[in-house]
Amino acid sequence: MLSLQNVSKTFGGFRALLRVSLEVREGEFLGLIGPNGSGKTTLFNCVSGVFPPSEGSVRLRGEAIDGLTPDVICHRGIARTFQIPRPFRKLSILENVALAAHFGHPTRESDAQARARARDVLRLIGLPADPEARPGLLGAAGLKKLELARALATGPALLLADEPLGGLDPEEMRQTADTLRRIRDEMGVTVVWVEHIMATLMRLVDRVVVLDHGEKIAEGSPRAVAEDLRVIEAYLGEKIALE
Amino acid sequence: MKRALPLVGLHVLVALPWLPLGPARLYILHVVILILIWSVVGTAWSLMGRFGLVSLGHGAFLGVGAYTTVLLWNFWGVPPWIGTPLAVAAACFLALVLGYPCFRFRVVGHYFALVTLALGEVIRLLIIAERDWTGGSLGVTLKDAGAGAVNLVALQFADRRVFYFIALGVWLAGLLVWRWVDRSMTRSALEAIGEDETAAASVGIPVTRFKLKITLLSATLTAVGGVLYGQYVTYLDPGTLAGIGVSLRIVFAVVLGGMYTLLGPTVGTALTIALAEYLRVAFGVRFLGMAETIYGLALILIIIFLPAGLYGGLRELWRARPRPLAAATPPVRPA
Repeated sequence: MLSLQNVSKTFGGFRALLRVSLEVREGEFLGLIGPNGSGKTTLFNCVSGVFPPSEGSVRLRGEAIDGLTPDVICHRGIARTFQIPRPFRKLSILENVALAAHFGHPTRESDAQARARARDVLRLIGLPADPEARPGLLGAAGLKKLELARALATGPALLLADEPLGGLDPEEMRQTADTLRRIRDEMGVTVVWVEHIMATLMRLVDRVVVLDHGEKIAEGSPRAVAEDLRVIEAYLGEKIALE
Repeated sequence: MKRALPLVGLHVLVALPWLPLGPARLYILHVVILILIWSVVGTAWSLMGRFGLVSLGHGAFLGVGAYTTVLLWNFWGVPPWIGTPLAVAAACFLALVLGYPCFRFRVVGHYFALVTLALGEVIRLLIIAERDWTGGSLGVTLKDAGAGAVNLVALQFADRRVFYFIALGVWLAGLLVWRWVDRSMTRSALEAIGEDETAAASVGIPVTRFKLKITLLSATLTAVGGVLYGQYVTYLDPGTLAGIGVSLRIVFAVVLGGMYTLLGPTVGTALTIALAEYLRVAFGVRFLGMAETIYGLALILIIIFLPAGLYGGLRELWRARPRPLAAATPPVRPA
C-alpha cells in the first residue's frame, strides 16, 4: 500500500534518514521503533508531506506522493497524529474534529454531515462531543485522543500514529492501544504506529520495523525483532520477554 | 430585544439625512460618510487581522483602488462603473503578488507584517514618483463631470445624501461579507491556520489557497473603500491613501474597536474619526500634537485593559455579568 524506496532526508549536514526502503501492506498493523533521534518522526513528515524527502520516492498504492503538499496527501488517504499534540485551541473539540471531517476529503462534506461524522468519531474515541467544550479542558490523555480523533475524521486509508501512548497512565494506555487496534480491525484502516512502550506495541502489531541513526536495521515479526542482536544493542538494551 | 436593536439602528441610519440635526447637519453627514467609508476599510482589514494575518500595508490596496478609478476617469473618461472593477482587479493582482510568495514560503507573523509595510510604502513612493499622472505628492483632483447636480455615469453628486446612501450600502455589504466569513467553515479553517499551519494542512486544509482567498477578499473590499473615498472627497494625495500613515490608522481603529466582532471595526473607526474631529475643533491650532497625544494615550489604555477592543471587550464584560443562579451552567467535564 505504502512503499518507500531509498528515502533519504538531510538537514544541512545532518542525515536524518538514510536510504530507507519500506513496504506497508494493505490492512497491516505495523510498529515503527527506534531510539530517540533515529528518524521515526522524520519518516512520518516525509510521508505526510511536511517536507519532501531529499532523495528517493514515496508511493501510495503505486502513485508517487513525494513532493505533494500535506493537504493533498491527506486527501489521498494518509492521516497522521503529532507526537506533541497540536490541537486548535481557539476551536471547540467538536470543531477540531468537524474541520478534519469537512476538509479531509477532496469532495467536501456539508457542514452538518461533517459535524455528524465528527460526533461519531468522538464517540468511538471517547471524547465529549459537547459543542462548547474546548481542548483546554483536556489533560494529556485527552489531547492524545483528540489527535487520533482528528486524524481519523479525515477518513484515512492509512494512519500514521506518532507516539499516541506517550505520557499516559497504564489504564489510559490500555484504552488507547485498544482504540488503535479497533481502528485497524473494525474500520479497516492500515496503521503505522511509532511508540516507545515496547511491551504494548510488540503485543499488538503484525510486524515491526526498527530505525537507528536514520537507517533501517531490522524488520520482521515482533518475536524475531525482539531477539535480533543489532536491535538489542541499538535500542532495547536487553532482551524483552514476549508472552 | 436582541433582534430589535440592529433594526432600530438601521432605521436611524436610513433616516439620518432627514433628522433635525441643526445648522451642523451637513458637517455631521460628512463625518458619518467618512466613518462609513473608513469602516468598510477597517472591516476589510479585520477579515485578515483576526486570523493573525496582520497587514501594515492596507494603504496599498486603498491607494490602488482610489487612484485607478480617478486616473481612468481623468485621462480617458472611463466611468467609475467600469473603473471600479478594474481598480478591484488591480488591487487583487497586487494582493496576489504580495500573498502568493509570502504564503507559499511561509512568511508569517512579524515577517509578513514587515513585507506588507514595505508594500504600502512602495505604492506611496510609486504614486509620488509618477507625478505626471498622479500629481505626485501634491495630489490629484477628480475631474468634474459637469452636467448638473447628479451625474449617474460619473457617480458624482452635489447632494451629499446620495453619497451617504451609497456609502451606507457598501458598508452593509461589507458587514454581510464579514458575517458570511464568520459563519462558514472558512472561519474555522482560517483560525486553525492562524494557530498552527502544519496541523491545519495535515487535516486537509489547503493553507496557501485559504490565505490567498481571504487576502483577495480583504483587498477587494479595501479597494472599493478607496474608490468610494476618491469619488466622495474628489481629491487624492499619496499621504492620505497609501503608505505607513494610513495603513497604521486603519490598524489602530480596528484594534481600538476590536477585530473579532462584526461591529468592532466600525465602532473603532467611528471613535477615532469622531475623536480626531473633536480634538481638531477643540484645540484648533493651539497645542499642536495634543490631538495625537490623547489619541495615542487612549489607544495604549485600551490595548492594555481591553485587549479584545472597546466594542469586543465591553461585549465580553456584558456577557460575563453576574446573572441569577438558574442561568449558571455547570462546567463540562471530559469523559
